[in-house]
Amino acid sequence: MSVSLRTMRKDQKGVVVAVNASGELGRRIRDMGLVPGTEFMVVGRAPLEDPVALRMKGFTLTLRNNEADFIVVKPED
Amino acid sequence: MGTEYFVALSGQPNCGKSTMFNALTGATARVGNYPGITVDRTEGRYCTPEFCANLVDLPGTYSLTSYSMEEVVARDVIVDEKPDVVINMLDATSLERSLYLAVQFMEIGVPVVLGLNMMDEVRKKGIRIDSEKLSELMGVPVVECIARRGVGKEELMESVQKVVEKTKGQWTPVNISYGHDLDPAIDDMTELITENEFMTDRYDPHWLAVKYLEEDEIVMKNGRKAGPLSEQLEEKVRTVSEHIQKTLNTYPEAVLADYRYGFINSILKQGVISREDDLRFDFSDKIDLVLTHKFLGPVIMLLIMYSMFYITFNVGAVPQGWVESGFAWFSNTVGSLLPDGLIKSMVTSGVIDGVGAVMGFTPLILIMFSMLVFLEDLGYMARVSYMVDRVFRSFGLHGMSIMPFIMSGGLPGGCAVPGVMTCRTLRSPKERIATIITAPFMICGAKTTAYLMLVRAFYPDNATTVMFGLVLISWLLALCFGRLLRWTALKGESTPFVMELPPYRIPTLHGIAIHTWDRVWEYVKKAGTVILAISILMWALMTFPQLPAERVAAFETQRAQAVEQSTSWVGTAQEKQSKLDMALAEISYNEGESALKHSYAGRMSEAISPVTDVAGFPWQANVAFIGAFAAKEVFVSTMSTAYSLGEEDPEESLSLSEKIAADKAWTTPVIWSVFIFLMVYVPCMVTVAVIARETNWKWATFSVFGSLAFGYSLSVVIYQVGSLLM
Repeated sequence: MSVSLRTMRKDQKGVVVAVNASGELGRRIRDMGLVPGTEFMVVGRAPLEDPVALRMKGFTLTLRNNEADFIVVKPED
Repeated sequence: MGTEYFVALSGQPNCGKSTMFNALTGATARVGNYPGITVDRTEGRYCTPEFCANLVDLPGTYSLTSYSMEEVVARDVIVDEKPDVVINMLDATSLERSLYLAVQFMEIGVPVVLGLNMMDEVRKKGIRIDSEKLSELMGVPVVECIARRGVGKEELMESVQKVVEKTKGQWTPVNISYGHDLDPAIDDMTELITENEFMTDRYDPHWLAVKYLEEDEIVMKNGRKAGPLSEQLEEKVRTVSEHIQKTLNTYPEAVLADYRYGFINSILKQGVISREDDLRFDFSDKIDLVLTHKFLGPVIMLLIMYSMFYITFNVGAVPQGWVESGFAWFSNTVGSLLPDGLIKSMVTSGVIDGVGAVMGFTPLILIMFSMLVFLEDLGYMARVSYMVDRVFRSFGLHGMSIMPFIMSGGLPGGCAVPGVMTCRTLRSPKERIATIITAPFMICGAKTTAYLMLVRAFYPDNATTVMFGLVLISWLLALCFGRLLRWTALKGESTPFVMELPPYRIPTLHGIAIHTWDRVWEYVKKAGTVILAISILMWALMTFPQLPAERVAAFETQRAQAVEQSTSWVGTAQEKQSKLDMALAEISYNEGESALKHSYAGRMSEAISPVTDVAGFPWQANVAFIGAFAAKEVFVSTMSTAYSLGEEDPEESLSLSEKIAADKAWTTPVIWSVFIFLMVYVPCMVTVAVIARETNWKWATFSVFGSLAFGYSLSVVIYQVGSLLM
């Protein structure tokens, strides 16, 4: 089942299914390597629960919750 | 003398590119700017007996597809300056993402040498990378490096030499497949471009076709100027886009990126990497569990900032004392050599004291920046942005805005000049401008001295608390003004916060030294040039025109009268003498005051007093504010001149703070009105010049008048309301 990245809990793993952002945001996300098929794990959230930090492809990426809304993921369970 | 090569060094942020650049170029590196824009251009040389390489360090970029200034610069250098070779440094611990930029260089066609950096960390993690295999599959030389220890630099340059000898300036773009939807369209467009020789002098036809599909704004804009073919190409892109939108529900740009990553993956999967460690927790994650912890994170952040503040002022005070006493000695020595008169007064109070007061801050700035550079290179500042982004966003700013704020004096003692320059890291023009305009509200080193002097005078018992309160107020005002701007002149969406949290890495001493030196040198240059000029100007404004002869004579008569009268006073000789001294000092003080009021500076103050009276400023502060627009350092020196002119015996003089405290004009509403105005009213002249350079004159002008209006309104409210309540 696919869900939005926003709903993922800390320490949960998943795979990116689709990135529905266009324009600058979409480009930034792709440039950083967050493309369909990427495996990742939520490693942390900032003190106010936003932004969120993901570990993927050997590095840590952060993005805001309202940006995570554009990313459809399949949680591993 | 051998051959000269032109080599560009590129890489993604945090890949160790600059470390390798420093290792290669050593002391030959020098920083400039790209013509017309403000992105740093670092150049240096590397020579062997056979050849010399002129290296240019391209700005760190994740890709060549975006439109940030750095990415456009990196691309333009490649396209327009046609380097013989690009050395692409890669973070080998994150190979898949790192190769994304390399693939784009290969698509342009520039000869590439790959430097696999951080091989020591790769080995520590137990990953095996087959660099020969990678080189074979990519068709470019691959060199294993450990930039921190300079490992691999000779091999890199040997590869550069081999590549130049082999390619002989010939570029061979690599065409990767983008799938059955895009490839035919690209072929079509390439053919059209080649036939019409459409911008082929600048770009490779295939690459140009790809850029059209990516809807690259800059390429399309150039295309529209180049000729009517661009319409035809854009039409083709629209057709393909519609098709892909219908069949795949995505955009050509996304498809291109997917295929690039697919190409990279197909290479990596052919035995280049022995083991993937994608989601494995590493050392940095463990540190982050503490440093970005929900409660501990912010607490530690505040502690770190507080200790930076503490170290800067307590450790820095010692060398600051040396510099200051050095200048005092110099001033005295020069003073004793020169005859009394205008020249002596100008050299000592105008030149030496003015510049000396500013140079006294150099040790503080040095200490502050070396700590800040250390935290930045360590990777901690990215965590700070991550933690504060939610708060900053509610004020319409970005997590990254915290760096310019801190640099400008968010921890007192910074300087808005480097602070404004740090705003380059912000991508969105709107958030960037809002940060640039508000960062100068922070309490920079120059304002710190002014506040220390005033706070010591008025709140000797609660100095620390008041100082801390002022810092908080400056943050609050900056954030609120930022919010106002983002609601009005700078309306718009916030920029994405898609950012890397780099792994923690202990920075090299060499790197810290270079970065710190750059910033300190910037400050010293400012002190040596602008401040010197302003300090002489202010001296002249406060000295000329001198009192007319009859008024000087009147003060002389008063003195003579006092001496005469003193003979008839009662008391011992000693009592009479001290009473006489006091009377004489009083006369001298009055003379100094009338001289200053008579000078141009005094007249200017007089002229603006109807306006400033509404905010309650004393006339000395008026003069000081005028001077402080030139440089905030001038506030203290002007106040001290205003309160000390006519002082006969410096040995017995009261300290400036005591003198101000004794002045009845300073009531509580006046104090706070001056405090807030000094914080906000205008950035200093150097900062305004830097703002103009980083944005344009329109925003620089706005930063002057906008802040002036904001500061004045606040001061008027404080003074008027305060006076009513008192």
